[in-house]
Amino acid sequence: MQTTMKTNRFVRLFFTYALLLFMTVLIIYPLLWTVGASFNPGNSLISTSIIPENPTLDHYKELFAGKESLQYGKWYLNSLKISIFTMLGTMITVSFTAYAFSRFRFKGRKNALMLFLLLQMIPQFAALIALFVLAQILGMMNSHWLLILLYIGGQIPMNTYLMKGYMDSIPMDLDESAKIDGASNSRIFWQIILPLSRPMLAVVAMNGFTGPLGDFVLSSVILRTPDSFTLPIGLYKLVNDVMGASYTTFAAGAILISIPIAITFLLLQKQFVSGLTAGGTKG
Amino acid sequence: MQHRTIAPLLSIIPGLGQFYNKQWVKGLVFLILAGSFGVAFGDLLNMGFWGLFTLGTQVPRDNSIFLLAEGIIALIVTAFGLGIYYWNLKDAYKNGKLRDENFPITSLKSEYQNLIGQGYPYLISGPSLFLLIFAVIFPILFSFALAFTNYDLYHSPPANLADWVGLETFAEIFTVDIWRSTFFDVLAWTVIWTLVASSLQVSLGVFLAIVVNQKEVRFKKFFRTILVLPWAVPGFVTILIFAGLFNDSFGAINNDILAFFGMDPIPWMTDEKWARVALILMQGWLGFPYIFIVTTGVLQSIPDDLYEAATIDGASIFAKFKNITLPMILIAMAPIIITQFTFNFNNFNIIYLFNGGGPAVAGSTAGGTDILVSWIYKLTMQSSQYSLAAALTILLSIFVIGIALWQFRRTNSFKEGA
Repeated sequence: MQTTMKTNRFVRLFFTYALLLFMTVLIIYPLLWTVGASFNPGNSLISTSIIPENPTLDHYKELFAGKESLQYGKWYLNSLKISIFTMLGTMITVSFTAYAFSRFRFKGRKNALMLFLLLQMIPQFAALIALFVLAQILGMMNSHWLLILLYIGGQIPMNTYLMKGYMDSIPMDLDESAKIDGASNSRIFWQIILPLSRPMLAVVAMNGFTGPLGDFVLSSVILRTPDSFTLPIGLYKLVNDVMGASYTTFAAGAILISIPIAITFLLLQKQFVSGLTAGGTKG
Repeated sequence: MQHRTIAPLLSIIPGLGQFYNKQWVKGLVFLILAGSFGVAFGDLLNMGFWGLFTLGTQVPRDNSIFLLAEGIIALIVTAFGLGIYYWNLKDAYKNGKLRDENFPITSLKSEYQNLIGQGYPYLISGPSLFLLIFAVIFPILFSFALAFTNYDLYHSPPANLADWVGLETFAEIFTVDIWRSTFFDVLAWTVIWTLVASSLQVSLGVFLAIVVNQKEVRFKKFFRTILVLPWAVPGFVTILIFAGLFNDSFGAINNDILAFFGMDPIPWMTDEKWARVALILMQGWLGFPYIFIVTTGVLQSIPDDLYEAATIDGASIFAKFKNITLPMILIAMAPIIITQFTFNFNNFNIIYLFNGGGPAVAGSTAGGTDILVSWIYKLTMQSSQYSLAAALTILLSIFVIGIALWQFRRTNSFKEGA
């Protein structure tokens, strides 16, 4: 009995570690391969190996060489600008709106909540045709601010729901006792509700930042000139215009964006998780 | 006649009912509001509704698309106007009723304070609402309206006018052979893609979370960090990396890995079936870490006593999993799992960035791996079939909303949320 339990345990752990090692390889391999490709001399991928024989920094230099069709630095800044402003705009609008929905019973509240629910189901994709048509006719091309406003608008319904759910779980007694002490609505919001909603605020911030960063659809409709591109469009064009020819350069560009983002994510992971799990149970 | 009847009747011209109720200032405000509304938007409404009905009558003076846009703005403005008008009527009725019942009419001062107090939620959610109308509602209405026109390359301004055609485009989707077969092919793959890719990423995430969470496993922190990596790297970067790895001729998967095992290269990009397999595997890789993280959070919140009690009762590992772990995970994560499905249903990036929805299918505007959203994107951006794309968007929205409503009702989170 004792020995079968021991062998059982051994077998289980053996398979556990085997699986985890396999997953580790599966995850690390593509990432390392990209790192390797970015240091490989030449443009061709055929000779690419994870540990290049003659590592070179050429591809990194090429990113910033200032070619007309490859303005990596500019794309990087564009992406950061759009993501950061969308994140801030989303955090501000969403927390105010969620506060209104969570704490006030006003006329039209039910209808507005229904509207938000409906809008979060209709993909923002539905707006694509309109934007494409109108942007062409109105000449609203290449405007980052237009894009930011569109992103914020698109982020509002879902995130308001998440935030409202979280605020609903903060006891009303807190507001009421503050009100008795003479605190105004705004003060209650800034000093009580908002600090307590920090985990969900982190989730909203993450959504607001990563949404625009990964978006290809809306940005490819509005941004047309290489100097207005964001990273997804720029890198996509880089890879697809002359497939293979500039893949190593793409790899270098991919590394430069992935490493800071990945590190930020891993560091802030804890903040998101409590919000995400809470959001999951609250809906 | 009672005051409650006369006042709203007079308020058909905004403000008069309030005058009748001797609320002079308020009446004046309503009157001025109505007057300025008429002056400010009169032309827009007049022109907008004319344009909305006709979509223009003369080339090149009229631009159907501008007229449609103006018409929709006119509709939105009208909705607001009607809202204020309704408020005016209701106010006249309310105060008339107070007079009928011999109550004093609320004074201007208390009304003002009331307005400030009640106005607070409107004030703080106003900017969001405005943004929503501008950035989401207006474009969606516009797209939907296009579905009922014949707007395409041959009916484009400035040379041509577009016109309302009712449900014709929808009928064509189901009657024109090439469209019908493409539509059902794309829809079938969209559904398969959604189900298989989402199930794969969810089950992989849950399974790995349970595996890592075993008591005896060491280096938990290390493994968790590794397993979260695919989530931490921006998705579009990973997809483009995989597009290189899977490339038929120079990709490492064919050249290094399969060659190492002595296998023939697989046409990942050019064969429809293999492209689909590659996409599903990639989505598994990309999507499981999010589920993994959340599941880990749920697992850590399950109290140890439950397992200890079960162990004392002699439950096997499998029984513990089936009766404790799994139900806990499913209850806590139902909404998140549902969002994975809706996310994949609309997962444009992976399809388009991998190989543009390809390989191309002869005689069809959709490629072999195109899902509904990427097909709509191509119809809009590449072949200018705007009305067809818009009609498909409506069908897609109905589909998604239908399933989501059904799910929400099942999980009951709808009641909680509202």
